[in-house]
Amino acid sequence: MSLLNIQDLKVSFITPEGEVNAVNGLNLSLNEGETLAVVGESGSGKSQTAFATMGLLAKNGRATGAVNFDGQNLLGMSTKALNKVRSQQIGMIFQDPMTSLNPYLRISEQMAEVLTLHKGMSKRDAITESVKMLDAVRIPDARNRITNYPHEFSGGMRQRIMIAMSLLCRPRLLIADEPTTALDVTVQAQIMQLLGDIRREFGTAIILITHDLGVVAGFCDRTLVLYGGQVMEEGQTETVFTKPTHPYTLGLLQAVPRLDRDEVELATIAGEPPDMSRLPAGCPFSPRCAVAMDRCATQRPPLETLEAGQRRACHKPIAEVA
Amino acid sequence: MFSFVVRRLMVAVPTLLILVVLSFVLMYAAPGGPFNSERPLPPEVLANIQAKYGLDQPFWKRITDYIWGVVAHFDFGPSFKFKDRSVNDIIAQGFPVTLTYGFWSFVLATVVGVTLGTAAAIKQNSWLDYLAVGFSVGAQVLPNFVMAPILLLVFTLWLGWLPGGGWNGGEWPYLIMPVIALSTSYMASIARIMRSSMLEVLNTNFIRTAQAKGIPMRRVILRHAMKPAILPLLSYLGPAFVGMITGSVVIDAFFSTGGIGTFFVNSAFSRDYSVMMGITILVGALTILFNLVVDILYAWIDPKIRY
Repeated sequence: MSLLNIQDLKVSFITPEGEVNAVNGLNLSLNEGETLAVVGESGSGKSQTAFATMGLLAKNGRATGAVNFDGQNLLGMSTKALNKVRSQQIGMIFQDPMTSLNPYLRISEQMAEVLTLHKGMSKRDAITESVKMLDAVRIPDARNRITNYPHEFSGGMRQRIMIAMSLLCRPRLLIADEPTTALDVTVQAQIMQLLGDIRREFGTAIILITHDLGVVAGFCDRTLVLYGGQVMEEGQTETVFTKPTHPYTLGLLQAVPRLDRDEVELATIAGEPPDMSRLPAGCPFSPRCAVAMDRCATQRPPLETLEAGQRRACHKPIAEVA
Repeated sequence: MFSFVVRRLMVAVPTLLILVVLSFVLMYAAPGGPFNSERPLPPEVLANIQAKYGLDQPFWKRITDYIWGVVAHFDFGPSFKFKDRSVNDIIAQGFPVTLTYGFWSFVLATVVGVTLGTAAAIKQNSWLDYLAVGFSVGAQVLPNFVMAPILLLVFTLWLGWLPGGGWNGGEWPYLIMPVIALSTSYMASIARIMRSSMLEVLNTNFIRTAQAKGIPMRRVILRHAMKPAILPLLSYLGPAFVGMITGSVVIDAFFSTGGIGTFFVNSAFSRDYSVMMGITILVGALTILFNLVVDILYAWIDPKIRY
């Protein structure tokens, strides 16, 4: 059985301008120890999927469907019950390490409270354990630096601390929501390497949410491409990258700048990201799709399974896309 | 930190000096004097009294004598209106009274205000929130000169539960109504500031992190959110505290508590120069002191602030 199984997840927000549908019937499943990339541009619903899983949606947000983790549906669980899953079963790290740690509390307190609360450790043991974890994410001089405040660390170091903190209870799943977006390129590489080490050492399953295809290649077993809160394509990372079957995936890949070609202009996908409060009845990508047909705008393409477990949602035959 | 405090205290001296000179000049410029009354004194008598109090001296002589008296002997001079009483006597008698009811007003306003504001923020848009916001608005349009007579009407005249005035050494039946009347509008402001700053903090990324860690709500509020949420309140609490412990003429007038509020206002009307100056200096010094206390508290709460 899979570790995480999300079925027909819908997330919507009630705003003064009306209902905004961030996620529209998303399905995904993840096995123990597996790494999955969730790729999509801003507003594609990737972060909201993660927040819905953790029960962290904003107050005006509603989630329906099912998020089964280890056989338990996390949606509609009480906060008290969720608090037993958070940290202990699912860890999460966020996009902006500069603001994700509490600036008013020492690192030691922010880390130790996880262990004292969830594992019933004494404060002393909890700090010893936290120092070990900081060593594991390669914070130099962790024994002394643990009493520092967040502002005394650089952005990359803070993200390491966030990672260490999320791993304290050895969760089975780590959700990384754009963990490298706010960091500069060299630090990005270090953080990705660290996440790779963690997967090997702890066997943690990882969901990597990103809009950076370069980060995904070579890290994730599988890749899921989201657009307008719906799955466009999913498959083994290598297959998705080399043999994309969806016009959107194709557009994304062509938009990655290449240094080995002498390009004058950067390829882009024409049009604008969708207005989530007014999605077309059919395929959400259809208004921007270069090969769209009449029925694309009115009829939602089903998610069909191809060979090798690859899935795609597109009316156009594969041969006409690639 | 120590050198910061020393530096701030050193700056306080010239600040107070400017305050003294300014108030002295303003008072000097105001028409009339302590011995002008509806029935004018014979000119010889007036000249005699003015000579006795040094009012016949030129301005420079008067101001330097006054400052010297304050600095060298901590003597704020005699009252011009109350015979045989010095300003020091008046402050020593009135200030403990205002300090007592002001302190309890501060405690009540802060405890209730912070609790109410926090609860309203946690339960945003619930009946509790609307109740708290409603109370804030209501209490703010009910100034103490409206609160005081209402309290007197209800608890003294109708119910007869509480004495209608007096101080009696600050026994609690005498304390209740002054404290409630003085603290209500402060309480409303504190609740409002606390609610909005707590709402802001609850929307920050680090609170989301704490929730993602599975920290129980109670601890998230008290341990993670309270410190940053209280910071914007601090700069309000400093001056508010000084305002409360230096009393209120309204409270003193309605409840005959005998604090320095009455003396302060009367001294301005009757040109009782020395009493006026003495209380001005007291309020000024306390303001400077508690602004310093607020700055020290800032550094204590926010690790990014270091002096």
